[in-house]
Amino acid sequence: GSAAEDGGPPAPERVLFPPTFSVSEIKNKQRRHFMFLRWKQQQRKEKLAARKKRRKEREALGDKAPPKAIPKTIENQRVYDETTVDPNDEEVAFDEATDEFAPYFNRQTVPKILITTSDRPRGRTVRFCEQLSTVIPNSHVYYRRGLALKRIIPQCIARDFTDLIVINEDRKIPNGLVLSHLPDGPTAHFRMSSVRLRKEIKRKGKEPTEHVPEVILNNFTTRLGHSVGRMFASLFPHDPQFIGRQVATFHNQRDYIFFRFHRYIFKSEKKVGIQELGPRFTLKLRSLQKGTFDSKFGEYEWIHKRREMDTSRRKFHL
Amino acid sequence: SSQVVWDMLGNRQFCSYKITTKTQNFCRNEYNLTGLCNRSSCPLANSQYATIREEKGRCYLYMKTIERAAFPRRLWERVLLSKNYEKALEEIDENLIYWPRFIRHKCKQRFTKITQYLIRIRKLTLKRQRKLVPLRRKIERREKRREEKALIAAQLDNAIEKELLERLKQDTYGDIYNFPIHAFDKALQQQDAESESESDAEKEDDDEDMDKREFVEADDSDLSDFEDMDKLETSSEEEQEEEEETEKKASHSKSKGKTPLKGPARRKRPYIEIEYEEETEPTTKTKAA
Repeated sequence: GSAAEDGGPPAPERVLFPPTFSVSEIKNKQRRHFMFLRWKQQQRKEKLAARKKRRKEREALGDKAPPKAIPKTIENQRVYDETTVDPNDEEVAFDEATDEFAPYFNRQTVPKILITTSDRPRGRTVRFCEQLSTVIPNSHVYYRRGLALKRIIPQCIARDFTDLIVINEDRKIPNGLVLSHLPDGPTAHFRMSSVRLRKEIKRKGKEPTEHVPEVILNNFTTRLGHSVGRMFASLFPHDPQFIGRQVATFHNQRDYIFFRFHRYIFKSEKKVGIQELGPRFTLKLRSLQKGTFDSKFGEYEWIHKRREMDTSRRKFHL
Repeated sequence: SSQVVWDMLGNRQFCSYKITTKTQNFCRNEYNLTGLCNRSSCPLANSQYATIREEKGRCYLYMKTIERAAFPRRLWERVLLSKNYEKALEEIDENLIYWPRFIRHKCKQRFTKITQYLIRIRKLTLKRQRKLVPLRRKIERREKRREEKALIAAQLDNAIEKELLERLKQDTYGDIYNFPIHAFDKALQQQDAESESESDAEKEDDDEDMDKREFVEADDSDLSDFEDMDKLETSSEEEQEEEEETEKKASHSKSKGKTPLKGPARRKRPYIEIEYEEETEPTTKTKAA
């Protein structure tokens, strides 16, 4: 019956509470701040007490305790992308066998890279280009003297270059990267940030040697990510020289691609030490174009549209 | 009356076209010939005046005479100049014939300057131009923050180390590295399968080396001695030993001094091995220098 319900006040259905006040209703700022701090402390105490209790319960139960709750991370909560590549997908495998990188992956072509900048590069960009060319084997840096990209590209193709990298510069710092696979391959346009030259990296090792480094591509899950990953892989020659013990990593996390260059050493079977050499930078994909660089008539496979694509914090495209 | 105008505006009272700077006075009037505020270049203070102005790439000669001073709408007479530089100069001359030298000269100078900058404009538009894209501050800040958080979430060092260890496990590096435990397991597996490959035996060696080292040190035996002993223990063929040596040599040369040396320094000395079939520790040791 209703008598057994509340047990306190004899009101029929509504339960009468003493009038509480919320901290935000106090008009005086100092007092409000003080009350808020007090409320916060109380919350923290309660949380700590709850946690202790939970821990005691878990210990008491021992083996029968329920498994620990997995904390929610952004990666856990990521919105499922329907273009995620399944490793056994035949269609994807077929596509990859016939796309522009097939000759590279079939070892028919050896990568040859041309690195250049935008007009009038400043010192930092020039040094970055040099360091990048030491990292990527078989790459050449050419000074761009006001030449149009569209005219360079046929010349590059004639001289057997497989890839073109253009580093765009603004106010003396490099801030953009255009990576174009030459014989009619896709062009990717990235925004580059946090560029660190070799001398700015702490605890770095000696210069990268001439050995061909290994390549690690992490977390490229969707179709788009897959094609971008293959683009990066096609920059490096196919057979790494393990003697060099150098590894170049492209790690994708939440649509940011981090590039690092390390020298590794196996201290034991379960432990490996890595030492960072070489420049580091972060890339964010802005657009992927089907043909070679052509801003006006190119066919864009993917453009980052801020209003449509940045609506959810848990949605990533690479 | 132009003198009066100048006395009033130019020198004493306020002229809204006048801009004063520390060293000079400028005139903002669009019909001004030189751009400075002078008695001779003020279009208000001169009843007979001429200028060159350009509109959409074409140059016009503007003239003002006393007769039209009462009709502001018809005050400035406009003449289109030819596109040809020399012809245009001639046209200026013929229109400003009998005009004061100063105005004629300044008109021609101004016309020259204008044509020069028009040429530059045309040349620049042919070259590639930088497209300036405005950055949105809020978005830039957001991107930067997200990048930092992504960096923290990425845990790059761990990820790279994990990947490298994975590759080691899957044998992508082949025979370059030889590690005890892993190899010992593999050796056990292979022994079970009864297909003893030589590399395993060598790795077994290493394993026993590590153990033996601790063991033997209590006996105060020489380093090289128990090196021999170990080899005597497990290897059964000399080929294995040779291969083992070459392996070790390879790993040594490759390490570039960065490997923490596996135990005491191995000295390669030629010696003759004598085989023992016992499993227990042999007491006699033989060595040939």
